[in-house]
Amino acid sequence: MSSILAILFDGVVYSSWLFMMAAGLTLIYGVMRILNIAHGSLYALGAYAAATIAGAWLAAGYAPVGSYAMLALAAVLVGVVVGPLVERGLLRRMYGQDEVVLLLVTYAAFLMLEDAIKLVWGVESKLLTEPYSLPGNFHIGALAYPRYNLVLITVAIVTGLALAWALYRTRQGKLLLAVIHDREISAAMGINVTRVYLVTFTLGSMLAGLGGALTAPTIAVSPGIGVEVIVLSFAVVVVGGLGSLGGAALGALLVGVVRSFAVRYWPEAELFTIYGVMALVLIARPKGLFSAPEARKI
Amino acid sequence: MRGDRTVPVLAVASAALLALAPAAPQWLVFLLALALSKGLVVLGLVLLMRTGLVSFGQGLYFGLGAYSAALLANRAGLADAGLMIVAGTACAAAVAGVLGLLLARYREIFFAMLSLAFSMILYGGLVKSSALGSTDGFNLHAKEFGGMALAAGLERRVFYAGSVVAVFVTGLIVHRYLSSHWGRLSAAIRDNELRVEYLGASVYRVVYVNYVAAGALAGMGGAFAALAVGHVDPETAYWTTSGEFVFIAILGGTGSVLAPFLSTAIFEAVRTIANQYAPNVWQMTLGIAMLAIIMFLPRGLWSLVARGRRSA
Amino acid sequence: MTRLLLAVLVALSGVSAPTVAAAQQPIKIGIVTFLSGPAAGPFGVPARNAAELMAETLNAGTVPAPYATKGLGGNPIELIIIDEAGGPQKQVAEFRNLAQRVDLIVGYISSGDCLAIAPVAEELKKLTVLFDCGTPRIFEDASYKYVFRTGPHATMDNTSAALYVLERNPNVKSIAGINQNYAWGQDSWVDFEAAMKALKPGIEVKTSQMTKLFAGQFGAEISTLLSSGADVVHSSFWGGDLEGLVLQGAPRGLFKNHLVVLSAGEPAINRLGAKIPDGTIIGARGPFGPFAPDTALSRWFRGVFQERYAVAPNYASYKMAQGILGVKTAYEKAKAGAASPNQDQIIAAFEKLSFEGPGGMVHMSLGKGHQAVMDVAVGTARTVGGELRIVDVKRYPADRVNPPEGVKSEAWIKSGFKK
Repeated sequence: MSSILAILFDGVVYSSWLFMMAAGLTLIYGVMRILNIAHGSLYALGAYAAATIAGAWLAAGYAPVGSYAMLALAAVLVGVVVGPLVERGLLRRMYGQDEVVLLLVTYAAFLMLEDAIKLVWGVESKLLTEPYSLPGNFHIGALAYPRYNLVLITVAIVTGLALAWALYRTRQGKLLLAVIHDREISAAMGINVTRVYLVTFTLGSMLAGLGGALTAPTIAVSPGIGVEVIVLSFAVVVVGGLGSLGGAALGALLVGVVRSFAVRYWPEAELFTIYGVMALVLIARPKGLFSAPEARKI
Repeated sequence: MRGDRTVPVLAVASAALLALAPAAPQWLVFLLALALSKGLVVLGLVLLMRTGLVSFGQGLYFGLGAYSAALLANRAGLADAGLMIVAGTACAAAVAGVLGLLLARYREIFFAMLSLAFSMILYGGLVKSSALGSTDGFNLHAKEFGGMALAAGLERRVFYAGSVVAVFVTGLIVHRYLSSHWGRLSAAIRDNELRVEYLGASVYRVVYVNYVAAGALAGMGGAFAALAVGHVDPETAYWTTSGEFVFIAILGGTGSVLAPFLSTAIFEAVRTIANQYAPNVWQMTLGIAMLAIIMFLPRGLWSLVARGRRSA
Repeated sequence: MTRLLLAVLVALSGVSAPTVAAAQQPIKIGIVTFLSGPAAGPFGVPARNAAELMAETLNAGTVPAPYATKGLGGNPIELIIIDEAGGPQKQVAEFRNLAQRVDLIVGYISSGDCLAIAPVAEELKKLTVLFDCGTPRIFEDASYKYVFRTGPHATMDNTSAALYVLERNPNVKSIAGINQNYAWGQDSWVDFEAAMKALKPGIEVKTSQMTKLFAGQFGAEISTLLSSGADVVHSSFWGGDLEGLVLQGAPRGLFKNHLVVLSAGEPAINRLGAKIPDGTIIGARGPFGPFAPDTALSRWFRGVFQERYAVAPNYASYKMAQGILGVKTAYEKAKAGAASPNQDQIIAAFEKLSFEGPGGMVHMSLGKGHQAVMDVAVGTARTVGGELRIVDVKRYPADRVNPPEGVKSEAWIKSGFKK
């Protein structure tokens, strides 16, 4: 029993990480119709910024608890500095073009950011372990787990709920939903679509940065960490249904838990889990788990 | 299509490329051979993009073509380059014929991601198979081409010449197809599927045919690439390879069957120049070059040629 | 279009300028190593740094004997460095371009790249020295004239690890593995598993975890290993994955409850230091880093590298230095016979050569004289006074951990390391 519990827990930790990435991606796609390949670079930037800022905080001898605030600060910085830079500097010039052209623009941004990260931080890995080891361990059965995992899960849940509240209960959120549903009509109704885009992209970047910042203490922050994230979060978003927050959550949970069971009972299949899940879900539900009915345009 | 000079341009370009085969330095022959092989894949993608579909899984067919050609030579002992190309094309077409039944119902990103999932399953299978060298892959050796023994040292030039001929023939066929009744339906489907259905045409069948053709072209490209490189590995089926094909296709634009080859050649040349002369920032150089092309030539590289021709 | 094509051709034609080294002419060496991506930090850049250091000190004539002559037999060395990232297809293209610009090439960390490059080097007749890649397949499945590998291949990494584990812990009953799901990780596990089974028949395999390359996060895998009850956990992880495994596994007791073997663990010493738990068994894929012999050359190399880059050289640095010194030895041996040796003369001098590297003696004794073997050492991590030491070091002679000429590694291990 406790072993099943442990497997589920491992799955949920992984899901929390996936969700953080997927939430930002699905938001940006829903509103702006951009498949943001640079999302992976924003994740990496979040991790590097966290390692630098929280590392400096700890090196200066301030209270170690404060390093968690520094992780959050890193995420916010990535959101408000790099987000608008990419949106204003690059994407804005391209609106109105084909979706695939915008995809290419984000790919170019990804290539440039990868080298930019290398130029700023070098190729050596950056380590930031204190926030991970600080809270100590707890046990499920005989297995020890760092309490930091609980931080990850909590932040993912809180982020999800806060986003849902902001989208469905606030005026700004409802405007966003209107844009997701129909961009042209929204613009005609007087919604400032340009501003909505800027806010969305900043928020999405912040989420990617947050994912990176919270992962930084558990990994060696090194070149290339952003690449794998891209296709994983694309898969989660598509499994869940594009532009759907609940879908992203469910998709992340499904992929994370299936993967965790595979690792324990069928490790040979681990490599296939995410794509297997994606293929099966899409074959059963061609538009993902949660898909909004679309108006047919004649 | 008044004043369409695609066919003569294709013929002249092919003849010029063929003339390079015996004389050009080996690195150029290789660069062009790889560009033409990948150009075949991109040509298939352009066919799909005409119907508004973007596949992020052409690596599946590129990899299948490469591996089936290589396995034919190394395991079945049929080391004839001509046979290998036929096998690579046929194998990819067969798999596309099956998967197409399913995928032709999908649109937009769901089409893109489902095709990506299939290519990644092949990738996973190749990584798992240690008998095929896993991620290290294996080398292949073609001994003859169309029944004629290959002279040592000239193999790459012969394969290159073969790829020029293949590009000429497929380019011609695809061009004819695109200007045919069926081909023109593709563009109509991209604009509005429902209207096409109301007019009595089967969207599903057009998409299916385009999909299988794109798969076959990618398989042929894979086989030619395997011959040129002399080595196959699972990276051919990885999503980044598929992604690269998409980017090259967009860079070129969908305006002409010549665009994919021009675009691939330029992409490969920029990348190799960047890596040789700016090894620390070649990704950034490539990114800036791509952005510049999109900014100044929003309809793709081909618009440069098309515009030049109009003003002339 | 013709105009565009022409422009491209003109831009590229700068690539083609083959040079022949006359006396005092610089000898151009192409260096191919990872400058970007996950392998750049642990291997690529430490190797590039070693290449630049060696070129500079050799040109200045400041390397200790027997390498005190300047450059290569008096000719200065000039390096042209390119990035190995991008996979074998791209590397074949880059190799074909680079071959036009240089006299010889030293490079390649990835086994897939080495396999793809070797026949191209043969086709272009370009002397190519592979310095790091591991797979024994290169000279076991084919033979080459123009290709050499100055680094030992990967078989001994795991045969020596298995010998070490069983010598120190004869009662080990079960093993488990966590390796990256690609050729290197799979081969490492196959070698280790087969070696353990051959040396101790009846040993039980509890689980073999194969993680996606660069996954970075191993929560579920560590849980599985912890619940497996295996006595020994083997891992050939490197780079970010290795560091992640240590960071995530240590707090959960992975290293306390199991005897962990990190067969390529040495580069992590510089990065993690005392964070590597006591008792972890560390390999360096040869007598490199903390396992290097106490020779004048070894002390010199470590000293100047440390001084220049503020970090100790790791095994990738040693292997790069070794590759360049191998070229120098072969070149100068050939020059003793001909004032300005041609490539064939250099190759003839290189075959079956023995020379000294900063990691000790290198013997080109396998693969018809094209594949190096070296002694190997394995040790255990112990933190003393906040500083990581490698203790209980055991050296194994090359012929104890490598197959004899003409025998394939896999069959040799299964035979129980038969001489």
